[in-house]
Amino acid sequence: MSETTIGTSSLADPAARRALMSGVTPEPGSAKRDPILKVDKIERRFGGITAVDVEHLEVQRGIITALIGPNGAGKTTFFNLITGFDKPSSAGSGAHWEFDGRALDKTSASSVAQAGMVRTFQLTKSLNRMTVMDNMMLGAQGQAGENLLKSVFKPLWRGQEKAVEEKARELLARFKLLEKKDDYAGSLSGGQRKLLEMARALMSDPKMIMLDEPMAGVNPALTQSLLGHIQSLRDEGMTVLFVEHDMHVVRHISDWVVVMAEGRVVAEGPADTVMSNQAVIDAYLGAHHDTDLGDDEVLSESALEEIEAEVRADEAAHEKHEGDKP
Amino acid sequence: MDTILDILGAVIREAISPGTAAVAIAVIGLNLHFGYTGLLNFGQSGFMLLGAYGFAISLVHDIPLPLAVLIGLGLAFVFALVLGIPTLQLRGDYLAIVTISAAEIIRFVGRLANLKDLTGGAQGIQGRTYQPAFVDLSFFGDGSFTLVPFNYTDVADGAGWVRALGGLVFAACVVAVVVLVRRAKRADDPAAAPAERRRGLVHKLLVALIVVIGLYAVFFAMPVTYGRSGVNGWWVRAVAWTLVALSTLVVYLLVRSPWGRLLRGVREDEDAMRSLGRNVFAIKMQSLVIGGLFGALGGMVYVLASTVQPDALGRQITFFAYTALLLGGAATILGPVLGTVLFFSARILIRESARAYVPDSVMSTQQTEQFSFIIVGVALVLLVIFRPQGILGNKRELRFNV
Amino acid sequence: MRKGLVGALLLSLLVPLLLLSGSPSANAATLCLPKPDETGCISGTVGSRAEPVAGVDVVLRDAEGNDVETVTTAEDGKFSFAVSEAGEYFVVLDEETLPDGLEQLPPRSAIAGPDGSVKVAAKLGTSVSPIVEVRSEDYDAGGESFTDQIAQSVVNGLRLGLLLALASLGLSLIYGTTGLSNFAHAEQVTLGGMVAYGLVNLAGINLWLGIVVTTVICAASGYLQDRLLWQPLRRRGLGLTQLMIVTIGLALAAQYAYQFFVGASLQKVVVRDFGTTTFGPVTLTNLSFLAMGVAIVAIAVVGYVLVRTRIGQATRAVSDNPALAAASGIDVDKIIRLVWTAAAGLAGLAGVLYALVISNGIRWDTGMQILLLLFAAVTLGGLGTAFGAFVGSIIIGLVVELAGPLGAPGDLKYAVALGILIVLLLVRPQGILGRAERVG
Repeated sequence: MSETTIGTSSLADPAARRALMSGVTPEPGSAKRDPILKVDKIERRFGGITAVDVEHLEVQRGIITALIGPNGAGKTTFFNLITGFDKPSSAGSGAHWEFDGRALDKTSASSVAQAGMVRTFQLTKSLNRMTVMDNMMLGAQGQAGENLLKSVFKPLWRGQEKAVEEKARELLARFKLLEKKDDYAGSLSGGQRKLLEMARALMSDPKMIMLDEPMAGVNPALTQSLLGHIQSLRDEGMTVLFVEHDMHVVRHISDWVVVMAEGRVVAEGPADTVMSNQAVIDAYLGAHHDTDLGDDEVLSESALEEIEAEVRADEAAHEKHEGDKP
Repeated sequence: MDTILDILGAVIREAISPGTAAVAIAVIGLNLHFGYTGLLNFGQSGFMLLGAYGFAISLVHDIPLPLAVLIGLGLAFVFALVLGIPTLQLRGDYLAIVTISAAEIIRFVGRLANLKDLTGGAQGIQGRTYQPAFVDLSFFGDGSFTLVPFNYTDVADGAGWVRALGGLVFAACVVAVVVLVRRAKRADDPAAAPAERRRGLVHKLLVALIVVIGLYAVFFAMPVTYGRSGVNGWWVRAVAWTLVALSTLVVYLLVRSPWGRLLRGVREDEDAMRSLGRNVFAIKMQSLVIGGLFGALGGMVYVLASTVQPDALGRQITFFAYTALLLGGAATILGPVLGTVLFFSARILIRESARAYVPDSVMSTQQTEQFSFIIVGVALVLLVIFRPQGILGNKRELRFNV
Repeated sequence: MRKGLVGALLLSLLVPLLLLSGSPSANAATLCLPKPDETGCISGTVGSRAEPVAGVDVVLRDAEGNDVETVTTAEDGKFSFAVSEAGEYFVVLDEETLPDGLEQLPPRSAIAGPDGSVKVAAKLGTSVSPIVEVRSEDYDAGGESFTDQIAQSVVNGLRLGLLLALASLGLSLIYGTTGLSNFAHAEQVTLGGMVAYGLVNLAGINLWLGIVVTTVICAASGYLQDRLLWQPLRRRGLGLTQLMIVTIGLALAAQYAYQFFVGASLQKVVVRDFGTTTFGPVTLTNLSFLAMGVAIVAIAVVGYVLVRTRIGQATRAVSDNPALAAASGIDVDKIIRLVWTAAAGLAGLAGVLYALVISNGIRWDTGMQILLLLFAAVTLGGLGTAFGAFVGSIIIGLVVELAGPLGAPGDLKYAVALGILIVLLLVRPQGILGRAERVG
């Protein structure tokens, strides 16, 4: 049973990350120094529409990569494809992708997760009629008690169960959900569910975590803490790939940005460079192209604390309302 | 007064009949499918029928009893695999349609005139051709036995008030259990004080004690007499209810384990389970097989005291099983047993009351039977609408419908 | 038949002689009078009232298959047994004593007992009449050539398919718009037959008017159901699984309610005979042609409405995506109510026609017997697509009718259709015309 990694990676230092990525040409499909994920010729068509058509993409190990693009750019479908939740139309005709040196072309969603690439969903998939703790326990891999034959004999899995529970407590404490551990996951607020989903994904000690719009539907107060969590994951050595709409968020935390439009990768590069790229502005921004893409002012600490207080009050009211539901 | 006692006597005999126990075992299996894993298995009667056929045909061909049981279970195992492979990767409705169809196919095949030598065709297999192997195992001896041996007839020459007292004690026990269980549920709530939660074990023992007293009171006031052994005596009842208890225990051990957690995870969200690296297909298949084996076991118990009749194990039985499960409470340990006993008792209560109190000109004997089933159907509808968690289910859980 | 008649006449002359000589094998038929709680009677006629068969030994067996009593039919072909215990009995003719050239007609599967016997449920205080039919031995179903049989089966299959399509369209539309697998749809089909039985047979209304009125009444039942039950339940936010179990409860209640009010036997909608027409190798009752015509017209109308009218477009929009349909100004509740109304009406129409031309009457379980064929048809075509339901129904109809001539034992023809469904799901899970779904 491996412990949650609390150590710091050499890439916790921003300068180190900049140095790492400085040699990479900011163009679609550029080669990375140490790619953890490599994708080739992956295409998905629905009827006559091509939702995803990615020629080549590499994701650098140990940093936060953001995947952005306008609605319908194929980001979620791309996520589904590489995590085994969907099959590329180009399967068998050149489609190939590998994670950490292991080919994933024909791997099911569950094996992808077992290989160490764990994802979350845009619409959170918390297991509503189970407790927060049970949700967490399901995240841990390799449990002896999940074997049908061993499950009947408690002594065979009691020890491991304790260890898993201890780990779940640690993670819950870190994500400030510990006091909710006996509540049904369905009773949590949207933001808490996002946190729970992320914490649950971490139970398996993944090498790479893929977050599909982690901030969608999350109130601004929680956004800050979510961002903090994502950054600390990176600092501990995990690779993060996330889909996001909010440009402030992207600019704030990502080390590298990949832009998709109409199913293709149209640009890549550090956040600042990409956001001033004309192709991106054309494809992605449309009408809004004179507004500043990422204004860090909004995320300043003091402003956030004010919002946080407001939202806490809101959330308390919301929870009360949930509780009243028959 | 005598009419009422007759009715209650019929109700109690139905409640402890081997048929009720058999369906209870099948419902325990269905609970694993539907309650814990969320699988819409509408072919539980098919599993029962296969178990019954495998068991009875083996015995008719002089195969030893333990092997006959294994053959019945083996058939259900294969059936689960055959059903599961095409459908478990598909949406839930497909499983419902395919399982109900497959169960019907088994019934059609069992009825086939060409297979008459094996299955007895539409008429089925007579009980006397296979029951002796089981009846001969009885160590209960001969003669008849009254449950409970010390009953109202032994007190004050069986005066009416003694029986009434027994009834009152039973009623008091029911009330006490309801009150205690309700309080326990409140204590289970995470909002409750920890001190209240710690009282769990003492509390459980108390409830168990009251249940035992209540059961004694029932049989004290309404003693039941059957032969000790024989095809329809205490022997078959004892075996049937022991199997119910064992099945309940096995399911309890299974669902409290991490394996049981997998089932509930699949019920809540298959994609989430995939994203956590779980093989959803394998989990569902395991659940389908295990629940199906319970179905087959139920089928075997069902035919122990009757005949193997394909039409008796048709889809009606599956529907009754769902009603019983929802009545007791899906995804609860004791719900299936409680639900089944109440379901069958209530039907007999309705039927016998209608027979006794509704004049024949309004409702003939035949019609009282149908009337009781109409009530069952309507009750199922009302139950799902107004108390979907059943008697033992947790209402809090239902608030978060997926 | 003439041979049988001669034989019967001869026997009727012989019987008194036999009686006089004191036949050792059997008792003469004596009249049985039912007494409450004491005696139940099982009595009937061998042959028909017009052509009774006398002098035949009729054997009564108990539920265990033991011979209880044997009587010989009297001149009027009547036999009668008195039993002192209620329960299941079997009546069988002694083939030896049947006049030459006659044989017992195998009973319908529902009342068939072992060895060609007829099952009867005897009750104390009443008299029950098992139907024991005879036919001449040269009646031969296999007399036609194989190709002729196939041709006849194909036409029969189309007839069954069209009627199934009529019923399955509604099932499919309900599934498409609400996501609900309606297990009570079969009882809607039975309802059609039952209402028609009441209107046409009991009340004596003209058949054609009866069919129209039945369809309207059934449609009204769908409207009311949605209004009183389904819409409130949708508003309550009941899950689909729960709703499905509600339909099962309704189906159970309806089946037993039919038995309660109409009884458990087959009731004819019309007693009149409409004659048959033969085209080459194919012979069908004239009523069948009419039924197929009505079905085609009704299906065509539904198809036209779905494809060409605004309401049809709205319905398909709701099937595709209810939320989107609602957002684009479609009154989803109104569409669903319309679907329930139309579905119940179509099912009722299918029920009347089915009772008229296929099951030759209506019984509480008529609909239940085809429910799985309907589900198979809908699934085969692709869940929730109306056109798929039509194609699936025709295929299922053909499979069911062709299974016999192509070698499947008679009882298994329904099983064959269901087996095909299971195999198809292995190969093409979304059905023949269904679309593959996008995951996630």
